[in-house]
Amino acid sequence: MTSPTAAPSSGPAAPQTGPREKVLKFIAPWKVPALAVLTAMAVGAILIAVAGGDPLSAYSGMFEGSLGSPRAIAETLVWSTPYILTGLSVALAFQGGLFNIGAEGQLALGAVLAALVGYGLPAILGGSVPGIIHVPLTILAGGLAGAAWAGIPGWLKARTGAHEVISTIMLNYVALNAVSFLLNGPMKDTAPDNVIARTPLIAESASLAPILSSFRLHWGFPLALVAAWGVAWMLKKTTLGFEIRTVGANPEAARYAGMHVGRTIVVSMALSGALAGAAGAIEVSALNHRHQLGFSQGYGFDAIAIALLGKTKPAGVVPAALLFGMMRSGAPRMQFLTQIPVDVISVIQALILLFVAADVMVRRLYRLKGDRERVVITRGWGS
Amino acid sequence: MDYRRYGFIAAIVVVLIGIIVKLGSGTVPAGSIVSSMIGTTIAVATPLTLGALCGICCERAGVVNIGIEGMMLTAAFFGWFASLYVSSILGVGPMASLLLGVFIAIVSGALMGALHALLTVTFEVDQIIAGTVVNLLAMGMTGFCNRQLFFGASSAFGGTIPRAPGVLPHIRIPLLADIPLIGGVFDQQPIALAALVLVFIAHFVLFFTQWGLRTRSVGEHPRAASAAGIDVLKVRWANIVIGGAIAGLGGAYFTLESVPSFEPLMTNGRGFIALAAMIFGNWKPIGALSAALVFGAAQAFQINLQLFRDVIPPKFTFLQQSSVVGLVPYVLTLIILTGVIGKTTPPAADGVPYDRERRS
Repeated sequence: MTSPTAAPSSGPAAPQTGPREKVLKFIAPWKVPALAVLTAMAVGAILIAVAGGDPLSAYSGMFEGSLGSPRAIAETLVWSTPYILTGLSVALAFQGGLFNIGAEGQLALGAVLAALVGYGLPAILGGSVPGIIHVPLTILAGGLAGAAWAGIPGWLKARTGAHEVISTIMLNYVALNAVSFLLNGPMKDTAPDNVIARTPLIAESASLAPILSSFRLHWGFPLALVAAWGVAWMLKKTTLGFEIRTVGANPEAARYAGMHVGRTIVVSMALSGALAGAAGAIEVSALNHRHQLGFSQGYGFDAIAIALLGKTKPAGVVPAALLFGMMRSGAPRMQFLTQIPVDVISVIQALILLFVAADVMVRRLYRLKGDRERVVITRGWGS
Repeated sequence: MDYRRYGFIAAIVVVLIGIIVKLGSGTVPAGSIVSSMIGTTIAVATPLTLGALCGICCERAGVVNIGIEGMMLTAAFFGWFASLYVSSILGVGPMASLLLGVFIAIVSGALMGALHALLTVTFEVDQIIAGTVVNLLAMGMTGFCNRQLFFGASSAFGGTIPRAPGVLPHIRIPLLADIPLIGGVFDQQPIALAALVLVFIAHFVLFFTQWGLRTRSVGEHPRAASAAGIDVLKVRWANIVIGGAIAGLGGAYFTLESVPSFEPLMTNGRGFIALAAMIFGNWKPIGALSAALVFGAAQAFQINLQLFRDVIPPKFTFLQQSSVVGLVPYVLTLIILTGVIGKTTPPAADGVPYDRERRS
């Protein structure tokens, strides 16, 4: 049984270590994901053709809409920001042997608490709050809400063995209903002309500034990259990271080695939730400046595909998130040019996950040699 | 050992019905409230029971299936589309097109089951990830097809949704349906009745036939089963495809029996609640049915609370918010899963891919 953390094996060790071998060795682990993306795009092209569109103009439209102009590139990065954070969230949980399907709910609650701090704090303190304190507090609040929400399934798993897959999904629905209640009731925007479920606008001081004033691209994007670096560093260099990976690879061995398995599970889930919650907070602070019902475009679910495409490692999550950001930001242009509904993007993303998960399919299709990776990320209900 | 759990179930159902009866006592006779609550409970429990049966088929054979939600969603869409297409383009009568819709739903559920089997049994993909693939694919595919077929460039219906052929009619079992209070049990739509019958068939097949013995042995100890001459992979494939077909019937409930329309993501987590019902029912059909009834009662409670919202005592007016009561089934699921009401034991080889060549 290979652990998800072990380096992918690349067949028998190469006898020489020239520059060519080095390059080959470097790209070896990325061959299957890259081919999976290509295959999914090809199947997507067939789907587009069947639906009566021209795949070539659809894909060139997507490319144009995501990378064709400085504005398009900025939009791609805006889209990628929540993807990086939620992708990291799911990947971190995977490293700890946990499957966090609850990123969507954690993100929603993070956004709610961030909005509350954003518009409520000045009112409570009876004056304005300096931005240098207010912005970090807003994002921190989002992270804390996500951590608390994800901590529940972690605690349930450690304490009673309730499988996190079901409990995180249930908590998604609980969060969804709770947020709907808050936005329709206690936290509803009281402006006289407002009829929809949304909070008031957050204070100016709680807003994360754009990097360039002419684009929507904001400081959340570099923040997300820093988070990716931080998670990678934490997993690789700290005791906590080592414990998380060990518990993820083999909880029995971890217990035998004297690690506190239950506590590590709770901490992994809380950290995972903090990332998802921060993603929600950044969306509120930098883009919408309020929480509006249904603002999330399913970031939490796409995050699963992103984490797996990135091989559950921070260094892989960032390019995977950028790819997904490109697809999402280019989709409107594609729809405009070809009249193919944007939902085709969801299908392509699901196909990517399909081909990444079933790497045997890809290996057979392209006659790749070498060992297949046997990734056991989750176990049955009992463990 | 199961008595505590059945007691818990009975208590919850009685309390929920009791509250509604108390609320509505001023306006509606108690007998008809109880009868309608029971009827709604069974109707809501239908897709959960069928989903749980799908889960039992798969997991008794050793394959975890969290893709039930996706299987039901796919079946709901394609079953509905087939019935629409047949009734509006080919001009076939409503009953025939509904029945064809149910058939197509079952077939599309089985096909999604085949995808899950291909991934988990043949390619030995991590089973929970394979289930997630099934779910995400179903979400994307039904959303895409829905928009493309009704509003897209090559729409089959030219931008307007045609009139649906309606929903499957109630079947009233004579005499039994006239029993006071519990008569509602025998006045149900066909898929609900089929679900009740399937529970007992599944129980019989699983515990009293050779097929059931083989299935269970493959789920408990595949290597021993293999040594006894059972083709583990074949038994797993068959069970997952059959399970998918049952989930497909559950999906048909949403668009052909409950409401005559399709909405993206309309299964709304029922597939996962079905899984919880399966776990709570200790991987047994009758246990799963009883757990599904708890969720059914919770939903019936929510629906009836909306009817009597004006007589809710002032202290509890927050219950008028549908999102507050909407929490109940999900919180209940969480409580049940934490094993408060006794531990459950999954099949021993559940979740472990079977590799002929590997020793373990």
